[in-house]
Amino acid sequence: MPVLSDQIRERIQGYIPRYPSKQAVTLPALHIVHDELRCVPTEAVREIAELLDLAPAEVHDAMSFYEFFRGKDDKLGTTRLWVCRTLACALRGADDLLEHCSKKLGVPVGGTTADGKITLEFAECIGACEGAPAVLVNDEHVMNVTPDRADELIEQLRAK
Amino acid sequence: MPYEPVLLARVNKPDSHRLEGYRNDGGYTAFELVLKDRKPEDIVTQVKDSGLRGRGGAGFPCGLKWTFLPKDHPGPIYLCVNADESEPCTYNNRILMEKDPHQVLEGIMLACYAIKSRTAYFYIRYEYGTAFRTLQSAIDELYAARLLGKNILGTGFDLDIFLHRGAGAYICGEETGLIESLEGKRAWPRIKPPFPAVEGAFRKPTIVNNVETLACVTHILQRGNDWFKSLGVPPDPKNPRDAGSYGPKLYTLAGHVNEPKCVELPMGVTIHELVERHGGGVWKGRKAKAVNPGGISMGFVDCNAPLKGEDGKTEYDIPLDFNGPGKVGCLGLGTAAVTVIDDQTSMVDVLHNTCQFFSHESCGQCTPCREGTGWMLKITDRIRRGQGRREDLDILVDVADRIGIIPGTTICGLADGAGWPVKTAIRKFRHEFEDAITTGRKSVIKSLPVAAH
Repeated sequence: MPVLSDQIRERIQGYIPRYPSKQAVTLPALHIVHDELRCVPTEAVREIAELLDLAPAEVHDAMSFYEFFRGKDDKLGTTRLWVCRTLACALRGADDLLEHCSKKLGVPVGGTTADGKITLEFAECIGACEGAPAVLVNDEHVMNVTPDRADELIEQLRAK
Repeated sequence: MPYEPVLLARVNKPDSHRLEGYRNDGGYTAFELVLKDRKPEDIVTQVKDSGLRGRGGAGFPCGLKWTFLPKDHPGPIYLCVNADESEPCTYNNRILMEKDPHQVLEGIMLACYAIKSRTAYFYIRYEYGTAFRTLQSAIDELYAARLLGKNILGTGFDLDIFLHRGAGAYICGEETGLIESLEGKRAWPRIKPPFPAVEGAFRKPTIVNNVETLACVTHILQRGNDWFKSLGVPPDPKNPRDAGSYGPKLYTLAGHVNEPKCVELPMGVTIHELVERHGGGVWKGRKAKAVNPGGISMGFVDCNAPLKGEDGKTEYDIPLDFNGPGKVGCLGLGTAAVTVIDDQTSMVDVLHNTCQFFSHESCGQCTPCREGTGWMLKITDRIRRGQGRREDLDILVDVADRIGIIPGTTICGLADGAGWPVKTAIRKFRHEFEDAITTGRKSVIKSLPVAAH
């Protein structure tokens, strides 16, 4: 049984005409799989490679470079919550915010709550510096996150 | 008279991101006129003569870059739009993409016409999800209006714009790192030459331009070179290599200011004026101690250090044009992202934070950068923990001096950007570091558990 559904395969193949080389579809393919499966299992790496006429090692090489994609053993939760730690946020309380979120969620940085709802991460500058300290909820900015605001946000994400 | 913004003119309008509003405000008329009446070479010449320099960090003359493409190339030629905006404290491109994407897209369309490109890859960092979706709907609007696709406006000009998402790596903002990433490989910068204009994406001639640079192209073709050159700072007559600092610029304010925000001004505003007048001053009634003039990789300005030969002025008064920051030992204007650090903040902690960033973001290709950024992080970390050694400051400066393209030990400039904050912090705030070492004073350090994966 293949890991990638027909629907995922079609979406990946839809990217092929955009580029003069199939290898350029590597990142879009990894994003599609990662979004859907919350990780990129080794079997999926092999299947992506087959779709793109690549060696699995080529796909894995790109994938592992970014530190963004998770393997099967550390699957992401429903929501990935990134707390920015770079200078603009650090000057406005990012360290406290990250510690607060870690305690509130009861997980280390990089960990996922037991109910599988939230994965906590630190991020390097997310480009939301006018609203420091800021977080990313998957790929959307939330700005001016006080500890109270973080608690509210976490409650909302838990209810999802 | 206060300056009337051009790049940010539309950002507060309702539905500023929609095609209809943009067209009602005169959008795409420059593109239509250029497509019907002007030759590509003519546009390259105009942009070259406008004096537009790249807004992404290096400040390379935009039109000159375009002329490096091989003449009469059979194609394809590619435009890569650099929207990997990852320099800490920089968010000007995000504002343009989220609030007024069509002026950026019009600039891309004009640039593609000028350089005879039929395909633009718009490389956008993953963290900008809102901008990504806003741009995708703006591009969809353009295809529906037949302003993109085949035979645009019946002129025979074809153009596709494809968005391509990154995956959280600072190095993808380096133009050849971006190209490698686009090609589906690890984003290791390439040795230059060949420069991308000769051999870039998919081994074809490629121009990589920043988002704000392309937005400027739109306005240059709408308003003309006289307008562009009426703003900013002309070349320094004493420096024959200075290409001037013309045009409007988006400055982003961050850190300890009362109103962190993106401000558009003619090039050359002083840091002092930007912070005090436009940013509402330093927060909590405090004073500014240090400032990064253009992202953290440009190093630090010491707000209290007197400027030589300028009575009563300090480094806080330097102009933010392409030359200003360099005159006080910074690497350059960079992205014009201004981070203010107040007088209650430890420079040891600030420098540790910058070292942490570069150590995390070094791509690992060149040993001096991979190892050097790690060493600088370790040393600043032990100084923070009250375990600094007397020789540490000299070691830090020594490492910072030896990594980068300026000493000639690495392929790209990431290491220069990692070294500059170290060199400038230690040179300008040495007493703070010495004090931390001799007293063994500890910073407040969070011991956060981190999951292994």
